[in-house]
Order: sequence, then structure tokens, then C-alpha cells
Amino acid sequence: MADESRRTIHFTLNRRPVTASIANHDTVVDVLQREFALFGARESCGQGLCGCCTVVVNGTAVSGCLYLAAFVDGAEVGTIEGLAENGVLHPVQEAFISQGGFQCGFCTPGFVLMTRELLEQQPHPTEDHIRHYLSGNLCRCASYPEIIKAVKVAAQTAGE
Amino acid sequence: MSVGQSVRRLEGHAKVTGSAEYIHHLRLPGMLHGKIHRSTVAHGRIARIDSRAALECPGVHAVVTIDDVLGLAPNPYYGPAFHDQPILAHRKVRYVGEPVAVVLGPDPHIAEEAADLIQVEYDPIDPVFDEVAAARPDAPIIHDVLKPAGMFTDLKHLGGRSGTNVALDARVRRGDVERGFAESDYLFEHTFKTGKVIHATFEPMVSLAELHGADGLTIHTASQSPSFVRAEVSRLLGWAENRVRVRTAHLGGGFGAKLYIKLEALVAICALLVGRPVRIALSMDEQFYTITKHGATVRIKTGVTKNGRMIAREVETYWNGGAYADIGPRVTQKSGFTAAGPYDIEHVSLDNYAVYTNEPPAGALRGFGISQLVWAYERQADIIAAALGIDPIEFRRRNVLRKGRPHATGTIVSDMEIDAVLDLLEQRMDWRRPFDRGSGTIRRGRGVAIGLKACISPTTSVAMVLLYGDGSCALQCATVDMGQASDTAMAQIVSKVLGIPTDSIRVARPDTDVTPYDMATLGSRSTFHMGNAVKAAAEDIRAQVLRIAATCLGNDVAELECVDAGVVSTRGARMTLREIMLARFAMQAGTIVGVGSYTPSYKKPDLATGQSSEVTPFWMLGGAGAEIAVDTETGRIDVTRLVNVADVGRAINPASVDLQLTGAAIMQLGFTLFEEMVFSDGQVVNASLADYKVPGFLDVPADISAAYVEVPHSQGPFGAKGVGETGVFSPSPAIANALYDAIGIVVRDLPLTPERVLRAIREAEGRPFEDE
Repeated sequence: MADESRRTIHFTLNRRPVTASIANHDTVVDVLQREFALFGARESCGQGLCGCCTVVVNGTAVSGCLYLAAFVDGAEVGTIEGLAENGVLHPVQEAFISQGGFQCGFCTPGFVLMTRELLEQQPHPTEDHIRHYLSGNLCRCASYPEIIKAVKVAAQTAGE
Repeated sequence: MSVGQSVRRLEGHAKVTGSAEYIHHLRLPGMLHGKIHRSTVAHGRIARIDSRAALECPGVHAVVTIDDVLGLAPNPYYGPAFHDQPILAHRKVRYVGEPVAVVLGPDPHIAEEAADLIQVEYDPIDPVFDEVAAARPDAPIIHDVLKPAGMFTDLKHLGGRSGTNVALDARVRRGDVERGFAESDYLFEHTFKTGKVIHATFEPMVSLAELHGADGLTIHTASQSPSFVRAEVSRLLGWAENRVRVRTAHLGGGFGAKLYIKLEALVAICALLVGRPVRIALSMDEQFYTITKHGATVRIKTGVTKNGRMIAREVETYWNGGAYADIGPRVTQKSGFTAAGPYDIEHVSLDNYAVYTNEPPAGALRGFGISQLVWAYERQADIIAAALGIDPIEFRRRNVLRKGRPHATGTIVSDMEIDAVLDLLEQRMDWRRPFDRGSGTIRRGRGVAIGLKACISPTTSVAMVLLYGDGSCALQCATVDMGQASDTAMAQIVSKVLGIPTDSIRVARPDTDVTPYDMATLGSRSTFHMGNAVKAAAEDIRAQVLRIAATCLGNDVAELECVDAGVVSTRGARMTLREIMLARFAMQAGTIVGVGSYTPSYKKPDLATGQSSEVTPFWMLGGAGAEIAVDTETGRIDVTRLVNVADVGRAINPASVDLQLTGAAIMQLGFTLFEEMVFSDGQVVNASLADYKVPGFLDVPADISAAYVEVPHSQGPFGAKGVGETGVFSPSPAIANALYDAIGIVVRDLPLTPERVLRAIREAEGRPFEDE
């Protein structure tokens, strides 16, 4: 008899097709860490409030600690590990390094992914846009002023 | 050279690509997950623990209670200041949330569910939560007898005391405070309070342990103090220190939460009991039951002359230490002796009480007790200045400690310029410019504050620098980079001494099998202490390299210097470091080791008077200025401008100094405006980020900036001193002083929630709200 508490899902992970055997209660973060050794999305608050677990599902940033893995069956999933292509960092990543937009780094992947999404929707954000768009991501080290600088530099670089 | 430059962080690439190593990510083959069953009562004797239902859960491997622990650690009590905290509850529980049992299983979800099935019966004892009430002689007693640890000699006299919840009373006496009050023209007396807040590190606490054969144990832990963990776990097990290896990685935040022992002793015992690797990882919610900042009640009385000189100050502070001492007694003493502030006051009397209560243990949180005291003395400073009609900055100028003058402890002030910090604050706040105080229901105000901290002492740091066969260089030191950019700063110091690029230096992650002893990464001590040790280790390498080069080149050592990853002579000859290694070892082989060690000098304060000629290796001074708008209909404060200034000695990395000052100030902004642990009968009722708000983007003032003066410290590496905490000292009173400036309201308790502010407004208007 089939085990109804488990299932197999197929999805695209950072542009590659993959398959995973999951428990129904597994979250996306559980599966990324256990099946694919990807730890860039991490659970912190466990309530979808801090943004440390941010992953991109079908082009939209979601909280990977709340998003059930079963729901990414057939979806395109992107994580921080897939952002650099052929070893070349994304301009947002470069900007976070050059502007020192991080301290402990635990929340940084989430901020980088949200910033990329922001710049796709709003290539020339004002400071107000930045604050509002990123207000769902928290940084306990409070590198907020440096993150704003990083977003502005990334916008500038992307526009060049 | 690299010291003094905003060099990019060494771990930047790893952090923006998600590949930085945190212990949070570690999985060990065959490991079990431990989940903790916690006490549901604040104070009680354990009558019975029934684990049967948990053990019957499919997939549960074992349930561990204190009875199992005692077989391996007959004296299961640990702690840096007192040996008072049991690895699991022993006979009694002393706070809601105290670990009572651990369920081990291969699946964390199953272990968690089974942990809920454990039934514990308690015989309740009256609890006590308030620090002042707990210090009274008739309070319920939380610990039968005081058990100071051996590590700090100045706590030894407390051993064997019983029948009290006062874990430590520490005094400072200078002059004759009663005479000073008699000679004063005005007396001011207030009581200020701060509530409990929490670190909320985003990488929640996590530790793993695994066995190596019959005599070895490795603990992987998100810890700020691997050397202490090794010493304490060894002591509990009765092992030699070299049998316990403690390693850490990057920390996803620390702020004092991950100090001393947290989960390490428990996870080690669990691994030894089941003979398999064990991982215990807390959820964000569980951190609220693990360690907090101290709440404090501060009664401060100050005597002032009519020309605005403070001549007498008496401060009595009760520190709410929670159920276990952790580092609380050190907070009480080492911060307590600064309670008179950065002021030159002739007659001083300071009393500090570390008090046990039935709340979660309180320990170190960024600033180590300083911000609670600055809250009181800087809030009172503006009340005094206003009463005397003196400008707040001018009032401070009339009173600050200057070089060559004795601090309240008797230590002569040096290597610090408070006037320069005040000048910078005044300039950055445009203090002399007219200020619009608003009208109607939106009123505006501005305020400043300055705070002083003494770096804790005495502590030791040891470092090693290694030169490999190809001329590449590694640094081994146990300073834990938890986001403060210490790896980069230490590498900059090596770079400066050896003339090699900062980003070519490999900085090892702390690992007690590799990195030498360091007291801990705490209290803004690393740049100064470890910086000195690293500098000495690099100088040791430099001396060896120059001797080899001198022989090869036929020069005097005095004619040589280390630059561009090699050695050059005044006559233009040059050898690369690789060539030097080849010359020394005849092939690409060998290692040159440089060792450095640093312990500052220290004089233990007199027990009765707190007097010491050398109480601290360096003073930290931080100031803040705030401009606010307050809505008098809602009580909501909008901080429109926040300026943070400091004396940093010398900035090793200016960008990191800015980041530390501003980050600390924003953290303190949360503690000032909204962060507060809410308790009901000892139970934290807002133990999650949904109910306990930490600052986000929309809370950051539109205008926030940091600035600093550089007064090189004579003993600091290249003049540097610590800066990680300086930004937390002063924002709270600066903001409250701005509120006072705006509408004349005195709020004595933190945080300044809209409700609290509105209540104060209504009270001042003579139409108070009814009590909650």
C-alpha cells in the first residue's frame, strides 16, 4: 500500500529539473536543506516574518519556512545559490559586498533576493520604495542604512 | 596600509551567495535531534516526571532527565559566575521555560511532539518576579545557598551565603556622599526602570556533540566563547580540557546571547548517554526562555550647586538577574561601578544588587548593563539642567571627567576625550541653530545623552600567525566573527605588520584544537585584546622573516622592512616571502609560527569601597542626539533624526565602525520604543517575533548617522579600542530627553510605547487614565 504521508515531487531548482521524495509536512526549506544541501534559505522566526527563508517560486519571493514543499511540484524554484551565473555574481550581490550591506549575514540571502525582485519591478526605486519593499525582511544587526546604499548602487549598475 | 581603511569584508562573497558556514547548517551522520520539555511553573519542587507516553511514541530514541545526567556529571551545576544552573532541572524549577527533560529522536518533529507528552507534577512554591521585592528579606528564596564559581576571584567572598536572593552586592564609595548632599544647593532624586528585552539572534542557538573513541568529544556550537565552553564542559565531566574540542563557525548574530554555556553541556551529556551525535537547535520562541537582558530599577539621587556642578551622587541599582546568575553578577559589578556616569563628582556612593527572580536568566546583552544606567543618569541630567535653566550640553560640559581626574573608582582617566565627543555631538546636531518645536498635536523636541563604559578586566587573548611554505599566511585566533567584522579587522592588523594584502590572509574559524585561548568575544574587548595579541604574533613572524632575509641578503635587520608580500632592504634588494621560506627550509615546506598573547594590567577593586588604581584597560564613550516628533493625541514618537558619536581610539576599519555604531543604535532604538518581554505569572506571553517586534526598515529614522573622534589609545593596537557596544549607550535617554524637550513629560520606564507616553501626557494634564 502506498504511504500516503509521502509523495514524490518534480520541479525546477535553479534552472535544473529535479525530483525529491518528501513528507507531506515538509516545507521548502526542509527539502532544500535535506535533499539538496542548499542552506542559503534558513528558518529563523518560523512565522514568515523575518525573510531569512526567502526563496523564489515561479518568479515570486515566498517564505520557504511556511511554504509546503508539496506545492512546488511542477514549479520553478530559485534560491540564492542560483543567483550567480557561471561564477559571476549578480549585480545585487556585488552591491551588497561593495557597500557592506550585511553584518552576520544570516538574513542576507533574503535581502538579496528581495532586492532583485524590487529592481525587476521598479528599476529606479526611491528610498521610500526601498524601505517599503524590503520592510518584510528583518536584519537584527540593523545594517539597514548600508542595505539602502547597496540597493541604490545595484539599481545604478543594472541601469548602466 | 590597510589599518585605517574601509577594507571589504573577507567573508562578503560567502555571505551574499548563501554559502557562509553557520553551525545551524551542520548535519552529522546518524545524529539524533533533541527537543526540550520545559517547566510550566515559575517556582516549584519536582514531584514526579512521567516520560512513558513520550517513550512509547514511535521513533523516540530516549528521554533524558537529570537522573541520567547525574551519572556522567555528579555535580551538574554550571555557570561563569556561579555554579548554580543545572544541566536539566534538579529537584526544583525556578522559571517558566526551564529545561526539565530532553527527547531524542531521528526526526525533530517526532521529538518535539513527544516532548509535549511528558507529564511533570510540581509542588508549587511562591514565586517572586520583581527585583526589588526579591531582594527583601521576606522574599521566597530561589537558591538555598550561593555557589560562586572559581573563575572570578572577586566573587569568592560570596561562597556559602544563604537565605538571600541577592547574588552579589557591589559598592563604590568615594568622598562622603552625605556631606556632599549637605553642601549641595539642590537635590534631585528619581527612580527609573527598564524592562526585559532579548537578543533575538536570527540564527537561533544551536549546538551539536559527537564522540571520538573512548576519550574524545567534539562540540560544534554557535558560541561566542569556545574556550569557556571547553573549560566548563571538561569541569562538569571531570575530564582534562584537551579531551573536549569546541568549534564554531560564523555566527548568525550573538549580542551576548551565545556566551558561556547555553546548550553545550546538555548536548554533550546527551551524546555521551546515547553514543550518537546529537543536535539541539532552539526555535526563535525558545530563545525567550534561555537568556535575556537585565531589567533594572535604578534609584538615583544627585546633589548640585547653583552654578550647575554635580558634587554628590548616590545610586542604588537592583538588577533582575532571573533564575540563574549566568554572567549577571559581573554585569552588576562591572557596569555598576560606572553608575555615576562620565562625570567628575566629588562624593559618590554606588550600590548594586544582582538579584535572583523567577524569570528566565538574564546575562550579557550588548552593553552589559550600561544602557540601563545611562537611561537613569542621562534622563536625570536633563531634568537637572532644565531646573537650573542650563543648556543640556553646557550642563554636561560643566561636569564631565577630564584627563588626569579620578573616576568614581579612583582610576585616573586617560586615553579618552569626553569634551571632543560632546563637541562633535553639538556640531552634528546643529545644536546652536534655532529649532522648530511644532504646534498643535504634533510637537517636536531634541535631546542628547552621553554614556560611559569600562571594558571588563582582566581578560586574556592569545593568537598565532602562520607562514606556510609558499609564503601564504594564516591567522588562528578564537575571536568569533558574529557579524562585527572581526576577521577583517584582525587580518588588517596582520596586513599592516607584515606588508601583505588583507584579503590574502586566511582567518581560521575558532576551534579549540587549532586556535589558542581567548576569554570570549564579548564586551567590545576583541579589537583591543585580541588585536594586541594578533599584532604581537605578526611582529613575531616579522622578526623571524627579517632575520632570515638579513642572512640571505647580507643586511642588518634594521635595514629591512616587510612590504608587498616580501622583504626589501634600504639598498633595494628584495626577497618574496616564498623565497624566504625556500631559503629557510630548502624546499616549499615548513611553517613559521608567530605567537602573541595579551593580558592588560588590572588592580582588583577594594571590596568595601570599589576603589582601584587600574579598574579597566580602556573606557568607551558613546553619545547620541535625537530629534523627535510626538503625536500628543496618540503618544506615538517618531524619531526623525538620530546621531551617534563615539570616541573609538582609532578606527581599524572606518566602514565597520560606522556599521557597529549605527547598528547598535538601531537595536537600542527598538529597546527604547517598543521591544519589551511581557510576563504573566512568570510566563513570557509574547515569545515570538509576531508579538515581540524588532526594528525593521520602517522604524529606522529617515536621518541616521554616525561620527566619531579618534583619540589614539596608548595601549591599543595602532591606537584602537572597542566599539561594538558604544552605540547602545545613549539613544534611549537622548530620545526621552527629546520627548521632555518637546512636551515636558517625564517617562521613567522603558520602552516609550505610545500607551506609556499617552498615560504620562494625560497624567500631566491632570486627567489620568484608569489603571490597566
